[in-house]
Amino acid sequence: MLLSLMIFVPLLGMIVVLLLPRESEELIKRVTLLFTLIPLLLAVVLFISYDRSTAGTQYFVSVPWIETFNINYHIGIDGLSVTLILLTALLGPICVLASWRNIEKGIKAYMALFLLLETGMLGFFAALDLFLFFVFFELTLLPMYFLIGVWGGPRREYAAIKFFLYTLFGSVLMLVAIIAVYLNSNVINGIAAGARTFDIPTLIERAATEGHALADRTFQIWVFLGFFIGFAVKVPIFPFHTWLPDAHVEAPTAISVILAGVLLKMGTYGLVRINMDMLPEGMAFFTKVTEETGLWGYSLALLGFINIVYGSFCALAQTDFKKLVAYSSIGHMGFVILGLAAGNEVGVTGAILQMFNHGVISAMLFLLVGVLYDRAHHREINGFGGLGNRMPIYTGITTLAFMASLGLPGLSGFIGEAFSLLGAYERFPTLAILSTIGIVVGAAYFLWTLQRVFLGTLNPKYEALPEINKREILTLVPLGILTIVLGIWPHFAIEMFSESVVELTTKIMGTLQANL
Amino acid sequence: MDYLENIESLAYFSPEILLVVFAAAVIILDLVVKNRESEKVAYLALVGLGCSLVAIIITHSALGTNESKNLFWGMIRLDGFAVFFKVLLLLATAATILFSIRSEELDVRLKGEYYALLLAVTFGMFLMASATNLLMIFIALETVSLTSYILAGFLTHSPRSSEAAFKYITYGAVASGTMLFGLSLIFGMAGTGDLTTIGQQLPAVLASGEVTALGVLIAITFILAGIGYKIASVPFHMWSPDVYEGAPIPITAFLSVASKAAGFALFLRFFFSGFGNSEVMQSIDLGLLLAIISALTMTIGNLAALPQQNVKRLLAYSSIAHGGYLLMGAVLLTNGDAAIVNKGIGAILFYLVIYFFMNLGAFYVVVLIANEAGTEMVEGYRGLSSRAPLVAGAMAVFLFALTGIPPLAGFFGKWVLFTAVIEGNLYWLAFVGLLNSVVSLYYYARIVKAMYLESAEDTDSFSFSKGTFALLTVFVVPTLLIGLLNIFYSLSEKITLQ
Repeated sequence: MLLSLMIFVPLLGMIVVLLLPRESEELIKRVTLLFTLIPLLLAVVLFISYDRSTAGTQYFVSVPWIETFNINYHIGIDGLSVTLILLTALLGPICVLASWRNIEKGIKAYMALFLLLETGMLGFFAALDLFLFFVFFELTLLPMYFLIGVWGGPRREYAAIKFFLYTLFGSVLMLVAIIAVYLNSNVINGIAAGARTFDIPTLIERAATEGHALADRTFQIWVFLGFFIGFAVKVPIFPFHTWLPDAHVEAPTAISVILAGVLLKMGTYGLVRINMDMLPEGMAFFTKVTEETGLWGYSLALLGFINIVYGSFCALAQTDFKKLVAYSSIGHMGFVILGLAAGNEVGVTGAILQMFNHGVISAMLFLLVGVLYDRAHHREINGFGGLGNRMPIYTGITTLAFMASLGLPGLSGFIGEAFSLLGAYERFPTLAILSTIGIVVGAAYFLWTLQRVFLGTLNPKYEALPEINKREILTLVPLGILTIVLGIWPHFAIEMFSESVVELTTKIMGTLQANL
Repeated sequence: MDYLENIESLAYFSPEILLVVFAAAVIILDLVVKNRESEKVAYLALVGLGCSLVAIIITHSALGTNESKNLFWGMIRLDGFAVFFKVLLLLATAATILFSIRSEELDVRLKGEYYALLLAVTFGMFLMASATNLLMIFIALETVSLTSYILAGFLTHSPRSSEAAFKYITYGAVASGTMLFGLSLIFGMAGTGDLTTIGQQLPAVLASGEVTALGVLIAITFILAGIGYKIASVPFHMWSPDVYEGAPIPITAFLSVASKAAGFALFLRFFFSGFGNSEVMQSIDLGLLLAIISALTMTIGNLAALPQQNVKRLLAYSSIAHGGYLLMGAVLLTNGDAAIVNKGIGAILFYLVIYFFMNLGAFYVVVLIANEAGTEMVEGYRGLSSRAPLVAGAMAVFLFALTGIPPLAGFFGKWVLFTAVIEGNLYWLAFVGLLNSVVSLYYYARIVKAMYLESAEDTDSFSFSKGTFALLTVFVVPTLLIGLLNIFYSLSEKITLQ
């Protein structure tokens, strides 16, 4: 009930916003803020009351929906989803605040779409029915298309349709995989028995049953690929990443924040929930080198490695501040993939931590870019210089975010990357070592950017640039606190999902062992 | 098989009789009414449809569910399947009449004929949905075709409309001629025109070696020309973009929904009753042929829609593509498993209902914009979100539903269809279909882009009457809700062919 309430409060907010008169913009903003604060409050309640000592799902609700296909409205949370729900709910009000002044036209439609987007994201992380999962996954597409397309930058139309087409392409492959799973969900030893189901926990159980059609190796490999491409577009994993820089550069600040903070995590969350948990045999095929798998066994780790190195080098080459952050996102998501490919407890813990931390840090980075853009109306890194004197508070916060992002020990970014690499080192030592190039390059582009924007002589054009204001600081402070707290005391987050991770990795490692 | 004789059949034939009576009444009323601007004839036609609907319900309840009656010595059959299509077709005609009342392009002097012809074409489609005899099939098809030719060319002042009618006739004549030849071949092989008897005779004839499977395949291919022309499947689709572009918009909407639905009704009944025995279907290897036609239809429809600038023409190509999706369900008719055959049929029916709402809705918006902006081109939709926010919102709903984006109904329609296809082990076809959905997003989104992302030079807002919004709501609400409610799925499952 609590969970359902949290998911649908933003939807209710959307209806309320739509009923408000178009002219009362202040009221619309306040109402939207209220309707994003309620889910945050509920998410905090969930976070606190979540029983950390078990791995199973909690707060689950299951109501029949489309009975003809045995589709249920089944939601629930485990340690991983509650963490990401908290992230989503936290970024909600922050994004509303970040949109307070710089959305000039159609604030009503903007806020309504944003609330719809939030329902889609929260529902996605809570869904335990594969069909519902897909519907929520796709529910984020339409609002995102309009949010980028209507309120974005100069090339917004191109960026919006590119985002939409890429994601839809991935999700139709996923749809085929979902249908295949559904049709095989009641087949044991070649005989169909009982009702088909979309229920994710049931499917996971059946996929681990000897002789069940879902447990078949070849079947799992193909279905794994279908789901993987769907999620890979979202993460994005090379070579499906090209929509991301376009979307980020054109999207308004708050939408970039949501995109980097939450939408990318939908991809990696899906990888954990479906590809790893439901399809361990498929996972084993792509992460373990044996005579049978050959080079396929490297594929997932290799993709993670490519993301890290390629993303970082691309970021190094950028002169547009926002594009730099966008490419750095690709690089940092590579660590998540690498950690997941490792499949051991350390690696997966690192990957999940990295998901959360990257959500927080990239949100900060995009907010900071937005602050600068609102003042200078451009994002050309070389066009600034010496801002450190002019905007000391802004410089301080940016430095914090940069340091967190480049993986300075003591800040949150470090923990996730270190754990991912540590996990990967056990399984793929060469790739793990090579991936550290990404960290070095990451340090290089962030420090270089710091130098070009904040140090040196002040560009006379920007002598009157106003300092970051209170509203903007308000959006950044909670995120800043989180990066410090999680950097010093990561256990705060790890304890949420450690039980789930242990269960998952035991299964993965067991499958890997069995395939020796 | 017991047949009802002619006089007994009349009672069950009352919906059709009422349509004919009202068609005549519309013409007479038109002679009497002096005021040319009056909409009386249109309302009389609507009353006729209402009476017919009541008659359908009464005859259906007199029949009982899952019962069927063979009327007129087995010429047509009344069953749940026929009733489903009759209701759908009737509603489509009603929607077309309502569109026509609001459309400004129609010639007011020719109202009487127009509405009478609409009733007549509906009558023909009723027959298409229930015909079970080769001769009757041909007559039904021709009734629909001939009336449609006139309706397509109804804009007497527009050369495009005349061109449309001419092209329609030329293609139609060739297609129906080819079909007639195919029908005569089947008649020659089975020695009867009755579909059920054909279904019983053919396996024996095939087994005896008098007729080869290839012969049957050739006959069926000829017949497919006629049916394929009605549902605008490749390679018989060429007429449709020109006709759809030239015809009055309400007629385009009507052809794209009702004509297609009637075509599918005929298609399903013909193959299911006539060749329902899957041994015959498999021995002639029809499945692959249909699958290829289906894949080509949707791919060509979607690719050709990509560069279109005229919204009507774009929707014409899109409706070709949707015909291709529907054909995927028809491919399942050749499946050996009766359960999967029924799933395929159920999926087609379910999709048709959803298609009815989303496609007619989209065409209604085209009518409205043609009235207000005076154009059918995509540019005319620029800035619609600020000029007419509600209409733009509705159009966005229809277009995204046509693409198949959840949670809109179009997605659920495709979902049911693709699940059935994959269950029939046609993974490749499902892939083609799904990739086509992605392609289709591009051109549907172009209209959305024009409405929301671009601004118009002219920023005056459009004003629409309350009736307009009411009618729009009738299409928007089901497009939003059908997929989300279980009841529609269970309803569509109940309708099966026997």
